[in-house]
Amino acid sequence: MAERSTGAAAAGTTAGAAAGTTAGAGFRAEHGGRGGARGRLADGLRAYRMIAGMWLRSTMAYRASFVMTTLGNFAVTALDFVAILLMFSRVDALGGYSLGEIALLYGLSGTSFGLADLAIGSMDRLGRRVRDGTLDTLLVRPVPVLAQVAADRFALRRLGRVTQGLLVLGYALATLDVHWTVLKVVLLPVMVVSGCAIFGAVFVAGAAFQFAAQDASEVQNAFTYGGTTLLQYPPTVFGKELVRGVTFVLPLAFVNWLPAAYVLERPYPLGLPHWTGFLSPLVALVCCALAGLAWRVGLRSYRSTGS
Amino acid sequence: MGAGRLYAAVAAGGFRRYATYRAATAAGVFTNTVFGLILVYTYLALWDIRPHLGGYDRSQAVTYVWLGQAFLATLAIGGGGAEEELMERIRTGDIATDLHRPADLQLWWLAADVGRATFQLLGRGVVPFVFGALFFPVALPTDPVTWAAFLGAVLLAMLVSFGIRFLVALSAFWLLDGSGVTQIAWLAGVFCSGMLLPLNVFPGALGEVVRALPWASLLQAPADVLMGQARPLGTYALQGAWAVALLAAGRLLQTVATRRVVVQGG
Repeated sequence: MAERSTGAAAAGTTAGAAAGTTAGAGFRAEHGGRGGARGRLADGLRAYRMIAGMWLRSTMAYRASFVMTTLGNFAVTALDFVAILLMFSRVDALGGYSLGEIALLYGLSGTSFGLADLAIGSMDRLGRRVRDGTLDTLLVRPVPVLAQVAADRFALRRLGRVTQGLLVLGYALATLDVHWTVLKVVLLPVMVVSGCAIFGAVFVAGAAFQFAAQDASEVQNAFTYGGTTLLQYPPTVFGKELVRGVTFVLPLAFVNWLPAAYVLERPYPLGLPHWTGFLSPLVALVCCALAGLAWRVGLRSYRSTGS
Repeated sequence: MGAGRLYAAVAAGGFRRYATYRAATAAGVFTNTVFGLILVYTYLALWDIRPHLGGYDRSQAVTYVWLGQAFLATLAIGGGGAEEELMERIRTGDIATDLHRPADLQLWWLAADVGRATFQLLGRGVVPFVFGALFFPVALPTDPVTWAAFLGAVLLAMLVSFGIRFLVALSAFWLLDGSGVTQIAWLAGVFCSGMLLPLNVFPGALGEVVRALPWASLLQAPADVLMGQARPLGTYALQGAWAVALLAAGRLLQTVATRRVVVQGG
């Protein structure tokens, strides 16, 4: 519920950081366009690997601390599922879904989000970088800024969240009485990968938004941590307007609700046609493209604080 | 008299300091509202199947959700109050400066934290709560006496909350790196305060244990006073006992800890 549940420390940390926004020396973001799109992608991935590897080595210097924070990350995430278990100590079904079915939704959402969080979960630090001016350092390096921001403070301890999601997913698969077909089996990994990409797009779009709203990183938490919490429960629980919003506006429903409806042979939310359960990869692609665009616009509009 | 003015000024400073970050406050309001929405729907699904679960009806369950969102930052249930800075000052040694001030360490930080909590209540708590009350069925009292009793319970909740977090912060004197303790305090806070589910829904002995722990004073106690589920005086007694016990423990630990402080030169 909480790194997350309303980013507990957010107000405290923003209070600690300097927030001087004098419109000082204008500093336009440069877009090095060498080598075309493919070259840039390769550059970005290489940079990401190097920076993440550096953070990985620095984490491993304190192994005991790493083990403890990973366990802590696992425990914090697991509280959500404990809440669901507590609910099911009083009822047999929630929104018409059994515990096993909810565990499937939970496991898929948790694993997808956990992977996205592991890969680029530090994107929400962008606002702080804009405020304290350290973003300027990244702009002068001959490496794509997105890769630098994404790999910043790469934290392997976030594997705790992924592990927890996978365990609940395993529990769901072990207990659920699903009529498995080849298509359903293939759909599971496709869901996890597409879901990870959709959440990744939300992270990038959130970071782009922070170019404009510098100390509003908690808005991002509402969509990332809030989104994964929402998807842990069946769509039948929520009001129609909310379901419409996360299907057509911010298409989180494609992370698990729609494809899982196919796997569980449940009625689709909003009475959507059955083929929508297979749209997740396409939706993920569109989300990533739009988020990439938003990032470019955000970066172009960036003016240094001059501090 | 002079001392009272000093701590009032510290509290006002704590209030103003958080009031400076308007965008962060607005973002927090938004996030609390979104999480409140998600929780309200899940609670309503739960109460549809089991009306009167834990002695609450539907509107009381909804009220409980929005109170939780209003108190999350106010009472720093997941951490994130004055204790973070205090811990950092202990780690870096700046605490030595604080100890030389002609003011009491515990009272100083309590005043700062009460200022912070008051701002968070007004700045981050009220709006999600009003939103919830406008769009969902809530159970709110109409007589001002109950509201006054509720405010009393909130004030005591602030003291208990600070009491817990002051102890967490002082652990840094021994551990230096407080991240492990902070994480455990966060887990305990979220689980035992009833942020996940009202404590009266917890089954059996687990329910009885969590309702007796200090965290029950944070959310469950004021909520039950507001909704007429608990008598104010009995609630005050339990909250007050925990506040006194925790603050006394903090004072004792502070005395032991400050004797250990060695001010390094340079």
